[in-house]
Amino acid sequence: MAVSPSSSAQSVFRNKMARYYGLFTIGFLIVSTIMLLLEVFAGVPTQIIGWVFLLLTMALYATIGIISRTKLLDEYYVAGRNVPAVFNGMATGADWMSAASFISMAGTLFLIGYDGLAYIMGWTGGYVLLALLFAPYLRKFGQYTIPDFVGARFGGNTARIVAAICAIIVSLTYVTAQVVGVGLIMQRFIGVDFRLGVVIGLSGVLVCSFLGGMKAVTWTQVAQYIILITAYLIPVTFLSIQLTGFPIPQLSYGQALQNIVRLEQEQGLSKTTESPAVPGKFVTSGYIPPFNEGLSNASARAAVNQINNQFGSSLTPPEAITIPDAKRPELGDWRGTPWNFLALMACLMLGTAGLPHILIRFYTVPSVRESRLSVGWSLFFIFLLYFTAPAYAAFSRWNILENVVGKQVSELPAWTEQWGRNGLIAIRDFKAIDGVALGKQPSWVKNLEKSGAVVIEDANGNGVIDLGPFEKVDDKTGRAGEISGTAVTEKSIDGIVQYGEIGTPTAGTIDGDLVVLSAPDIAGLPFTIGALVAAGGLAAALSTADGLLVVIASAVAHDIYFRTINPKASLQTRIMLGKSMIVVAAVIAALLALPRLALIAQMVAWAFSMAAATFFPIVLLGIFWRRANGPGAIAGMIGGLVVTIFYMAMNYTNPAFNVLGISHLGSGIFGLPVAIILVVVVSLMTKAPPREIQELVDNLRNPITDDETMAKYGSKGAAQAH
Amino acid sequence: MTDFTKLPAEERARLYWRENLRLITTLIVIWFMVSYVPVLLVNQLNNIVIGGFPLGYYMGSQGSLVVFVVLIFYYAFAMNRLDQKYGLGDRDR
Repeated sequence: MAVSPSSSAQSVFRNKMARYYGLFTIGFLIVSTIMLLLEVFAGVPTQIIGWVFLLLTMALYATIGIISRTKLLDEYYVAGRNVPAVFNGMATGADWMSAASFISMAGTLFLIGYDGLAYIMGWTGGYVLLALLFAPYLRKFGQYTIPDFVGARFGGNTARIVAAICAIIVSLTYVTAQVVGVGLIMQRFIGVDFRLGVVIGLSGVLVCSFLGGMKAVTWTQVAQYIILITAYLIPVTFLSIQLTGFPIPQLSYGQALQNIVRLEQEQGLSKTTESPAVPGKFVTSGYIPPFNEGLSNASARAAVNQINNQFGSSLTPPEAITIPDAKRPELGDWRGTPWNFLALMACLMLGTAGLPHILIRFYTVPSVRESRLSVGWSLFFIFLLYFTAPAYAAFSRWNILENVVGKQVSELPAWTEQWGRNGLIAIRDFKAIDGVALGKQPSWVKNLEKSGAVVIEDANGNGVIDLGPFEKVDDKTGRAGEISGTAVTEKSIDGIVQYGEIGTPTAGTIDGDLVVLSAPDIAGLPFTIGALVAAGGLAAALSTADGLLVVIASAVAHDIYFRTINPKASLQTRIMLGKSMIVVAAVIAALLALPRLALIAQMVAWAFSMAAATFFPIVLLGIFWRRANGPGAIAGMIGGLVVTIFYMAMNYTNPAFNVLGISHLGSGIFGLPVAIILVVVVSLMTKAPPREIQELVDNLRNPITDDETMAKYGSKGAAQAH
Repeated sequence: MTDFTKLPAEERARLYWRENLRLITTLIVIWFMVSYVPVLLVNQLNNIVIGGFPLGYYMGSQGSLVVFVVLIFYYAFAMNRLDQKYGLGDRDR
């Protein structure tokens, strides 16, 4: 029986777990310190340190998984509903913060400045909605999955199945992105092959979630949270001490911002220019000035080309369009307006509040009261990282503008070369290839040769590339000794690094992942700290993957099989099916991850818009509007999804299709009102929900936790679960 | 002073829900004021610089986040009080 334990038993349990995890934290810090000492004083090779951190943390997660193995349904799907608010907060934090939050978010801020803050506010502000509008009511409802709620509230299997399919699609793309993250971290820090990295990482996930379901996932996520937040905070704290002499980066990066503003002005990176398309409209570029990103379909074109390369297909990429464009002034210029920022932020907030793997975390706390508190702790633990990300970005940008830009190519700090080997950064100044043997030129030069932007001919036949003084060939092309082409300009051969020359082997801008990954090296810290960051990134990716696999498994085994196909299935069958679904989902995710399609990361971003236009309005109206009924909910979910996907697909391929300059990432803002209107109109046109469902809504609003009564609503027409 | 715990169950539920909705609305207005409004006013706010932070940038990067955390804990605290006022806490089951 799922009876909430009495509050004294609860506090004994909470104190016991606090002691365990306190000891764990101390132990983890001691082990890290020992590794640090071994590296510095005993000269233990970095490769070994990398492996030790990897294997140690993976072994730890597996151990927690084995200790928490279970055959009880309540433990497998909802961790026995006895996770104290604070620990559920940490687990939610780890569940929520993915490889993208840990590694890429600071990088996004670094690259696009203010415009990236839509992610910071979006991915935190959603928790306020979750706390005020969803969490207490979903906890009151209890049960196992979000489709369970949709099915019970909107009376029927159609609504349940639509919700289950949405949950599976969203979670599967999301988990694929995590698997890619795991592979990349392994590759960069341990030097193993990407595929092997994926396999090692996934086996770690499986040991944990397969044996113990939600219970094991929850308690592993708590440990993973501790590791990831430690790993995130240490390097940036040292950066702050070095750069400002003050050990709290979250407060001291104002100084970094001031230096960025100064350096950007000196280097001509922040300037106000007239729009090429709209005369009289002025836009200011730079880190602080807002809304200066234009629209383009470069990512759609890249995605199509990548698919063609990987699978030998011959899809035609869409025609290149950028807005603003001097040649097509009729497309306008939306820079300088806040609409795209606001739409994106709104979608991220509403999507966060509607994502199934986050919502189910609030089924695992003992009571309605604890669920409210638990959202607070969740956001607090997430806040620790998101509050720090802008500091990371600012210190990195300050450092690069100060110590890389304007320096001689030959005098760059050592970390640029080190991370250049991983392909995250390339200094694209041709001075670097002066005197280099033919065929030994770095890959960014080879890539430019392939695209035709540079031609190298060994005119004097000495087998070495010789640069000469710059000469203009015509308006677009230049020559400098043995190199010529459109990429050859006076600045690109002068041996002094320009901001625009800092890129990667394949692109003209830095890979944003560099910001967090290289921070320990920029701060001159030993490799052990770098390995700690890798372990943190891995923890972030694995914990999110774990939570998602449980959602997928429960959607198939519980919602589709047990609730719809075979309500008489035995407990054993249901748990066995859940376990095998976890393995199946993991294998599918691994297969989808192997080609490393850029489209996957794109789909994760779209998942927020889709959740914002489907789950969010349905769950919201289900709780706050008694009259909402099944036909309304189904019409709303489908209508919201169709409008969102339509805008998304149109704008992604052809940005000239836009409303107020809102990009495909914010497409949920159009689907949401359609979904709400459809729920309202269709509900009013059809019969009011039966008395029993109206009673369910009244019950949801009563905060006294009562799982036995609520179980009746959930399992109506199905075999008693417990 | 009325003892709300003594009211008939239906009346209690109605009043409790009304107070809850009022609280939710107030907090959502604050939520909107600290996240969406500063985006609309970012250029004006950026002219104010405190401790090196342009205020418009600061609201987006940290200021709104602090308010979000406070709002949720406040709601949890206020709702516990409301549960007790109407005799709807878990101890009253």
